Amino acid sequence: MESLSIVNVIIVLTIFFVSLGIAAYETYFERVVAAYIQDRVGPDYAGPYGLLQPLADAFKMFFKEDFMPAKADKLLFVMGPGLALFTALLTSAVIPFGDSLIIGGKEYLVQGIEVNIGILWVFGIVALGVYGILIGGWASNNKYSLYGAIRAASSNISYELAMGMAIIAIIMTSESLSVRAIVEQQHGINWNVFYQPMGFLIFLTCAFAECNRTPFDLPESENELVAGYHTEYSSMKLGSYLFAEYLNMFVTSAVISCLYFGGFNYPGMDWVHATLVGLAGETAGHNIATFVGLGAFFTKIFFFIFLFMWVRWTVPRFRYDQLMNLGWKGLIPLAVVNMVITAAAQLSGSPLIGGYIGLAIFLIVFVLLWPLTKPKSRML
Amino acid sequence: MAEEVFEAKTTSDALAMNRPVVEDKGYTTLNLGPTHPATHGVFQNILTMDGDTIVHGEQTVGYIHRAFEKIAERRPFYQITTLTDRLNYCSSPINNFGWHMTVEKLLQVDVPKRAEYIRVIMMELARISDHVICNSILGVDTGAYSGFLYVFQEREKIYEIYEEVCGARLTTNMGRIGGMERDLSPTAIAKIKDLVYNSLPKVLAEFEKLFDRNRIFMDRTVNVGGITPERALDYGFTGPNLRAAGVDYDVRVMEPYSSYDDFDFNIPIGHNGDTYDRYLVRNMEMWESIKIIRQAIENLPEGPYYANENHYYLPPKKEVYRSMEALIYHFKIVMGEIDAPVGEVYHAVEGGNGEVGYYLISDGGRTPYRLHFRRPCFIYYQAYPEMCKGLTISDAVAIMSSLNVIAGELDA
Repeated sequence: MESLSIVNVIIVLTIFFVSLGIAAYETYFERVVAAYIQDRVGPDYAGPYGLLQPLADAFKMFFKEDFMPAKADKLLFVMGPGLALFTALLTSAVIPFGDSLIIGGKEYLVQGIEVNIGILWVFGIVALGVYGILIGGWASNNKYSLYGAIRAASSNISYELAMGMAIIAIIMTSESLSVRAIVEQQHGINWNVFYQPMGFLIFLTCAFAECNRTPFDLPESENELVAGYHTEYSSMKLGSYLFAEYLNMFVTSAVISCLYFGGFNYPGMDWVHATLVGLAGETAGHNIATFVGLGAFFTKIFFFIFLFMWVRWTVPRFRYDQLMNLGWKGLIPLAVVNMVITAAAQLSGSPLIGGYIGLAIFLIVFVLLWPLTKPKSRML
Repeated sequence: MAEEVFEAKTTSDALAMNRPVVEDKGYTTLNLGPTHPATHGVFQNILTMDGDTIVHGEQTVGYIHRAFEKIAERRPFYQITTLTDRLNYCSSPINNFGWHMTVEKLLQVDVPKRAEYIRVIMMELARISDHVICNSILGVDTGAYSGFLYVFQEREKIYEIYEEVCGARLTTNMGRIGGMERDLSPTAIAKIKDLVYNSLPKVLAEFEKLFDRNRIFMDRTVNVGGITPERALDYGFTGPNLRAAGVDYDVRVMEPYSSYDDFDFNIPIGHNGDTYDRYLVRNMEMWESIKIIRQAIENLPEGPYYANENHYYLPPKKEVYRSMEALIYHFKIVMGEIDAPVGEVYHAVEGGNGEVGYYLISDGGRTPYRLHFRRPCFIYYQAYPEMCKGLTISDAVAIMSSLNVIAGELDA
């Protein structure tokens, strides 16, 4: 392990602040996307095109009355949003944002920390994140908050299983737990999504549930549970919860891009790298190529963030029991099937075929069989 | 069906439900309302929950009770119109005209064809705006927000037409006893034509595409809150909620008023009476309403737009300044000094969400002796606890918005 240098510190701080900035601007982006989808104008008062809206929101949040219910558990009530924000911020540490930068003859990875169990780190921390919601909901001493918190906990646990199994298939093909190793294997356009289409769809569905986004936003379904777990929260405590949600969305988009869409890899990257090295010299060329890769990565992230928002403003949300049915009876068996197929394909030496058998099964199950499962008739 | 007796476990529950306190069964009491995002208005449901399942529901009415029936006993007839505005405020023109028709029935006045056609147009517009609200709010309550804003733009256009016709948007106070207060202006006709020929059908089709076959929406609504036709009739359901259960009862056809028999339209009915059927019936009714408005606006008869009913219809202002009779009638109407004939009438119109009826007893005085509003929401809301029993809180919310319980009409 190389010693910590000032460049590492700068990279870590940059990642930290970029994550925060992106999370803040996601709120703006969400409003713009919603306005576009709903045929409205959207934010346009604060700054040009409303670009200062996140800043205005943050100021508003800080100056709001910080209300705490009389019968709330004081310590846990503060701990809830803190934990949610803390865990959301930790996850971006292991994500390889870019290849590497050569500064002063030394190579620095554009990544917070490179650990060989990166994926486990991400899932461990994400699983901790549900405590923030659960504790907050419990501490509020409000029935709606409690319902929201319990829904969040149970849906997160159920969907983490399917998500984990989809990841196991990825780990089988890449034979590594390090996120950077997984990304580097998908050089060029050799992306995992072509080998794991079914795994990708399972992972994407679970990612929606993990981020508590529509159609799985039951914890805070505003028409049933008022605001779910953050009903009693106000001021920046509420802000922290919302911020954590947007951070989670950013991190999840980044993880999807890393695992299935090649992270900072893009088609023709070798050519770009060679050209840049030829034009600007070995060091500078490599660094510029890294930045191009960084751009490709962020393009993918923004696409998935857009997808999250697009889905949110289009579809209705599930009912709680339907959510559980989909998780336990739909996604988990499919994830197991995906694992078996992947293992077989790995052994047979033709991983591409395995992927498409998986996709075919996925489509058959979801297009043909799922609509046949009629809800139970409950007449008066 | 054996009725499960609810047992209150704490003193506050017992007080709220007027039931004795009994020991704990592990149930939770959840107050859905009076200020909950899903209760669009002010009314309360005290739900007893076993986990996520509703064991028992108790509905509470009266949060915005304004004693309209009592107030009406002190008001001359023309002033009661403003009270009817505030019943179902999503479709006030229907209530206004319903009241005018009741008084006209008492006075035995024949309204000219043109006024009747204008009334039909405005009532069908009101029905569309009512159904638009109900169905789009059902979408919002199941989590899909965008469809709501799509159709609300059309509702805004309907409100602009109201504005053009009577000057107001929400509480319209439209029309007068004996006809309309003014003729349809060319602008209003152009706006109505634009709405029914261009913008509304497009947006409605888009809205249906978004929801009709949406898998999640169907999961949330099919077989949720179903009611059998017998049970619905027992409760006294009318309107779209009864038609969704498969009973083809529509006041417009059963007892045509205001020239409804001139038009060619269908009455859509459902099978199961569940939330999805209610949604579909309302959507199809909007298409039928468009059809009626098209026929009415194309065949709008020429002629006067008010009946020759000096005692109730205000004379034109020009006449008031010029002729003595007009001045006298104007004074008498405005001061409410006109004695109505003795009589007892009931008149019902097909409102936005059911049969809106006016039962009027006149003892020959200037004000009604007794006036009763038949408010469909009040009736639907009685069935609500039975419909949501054994379901989850998410279903309860969807059922409530699909029944279209409007607080103004619920409490009168």
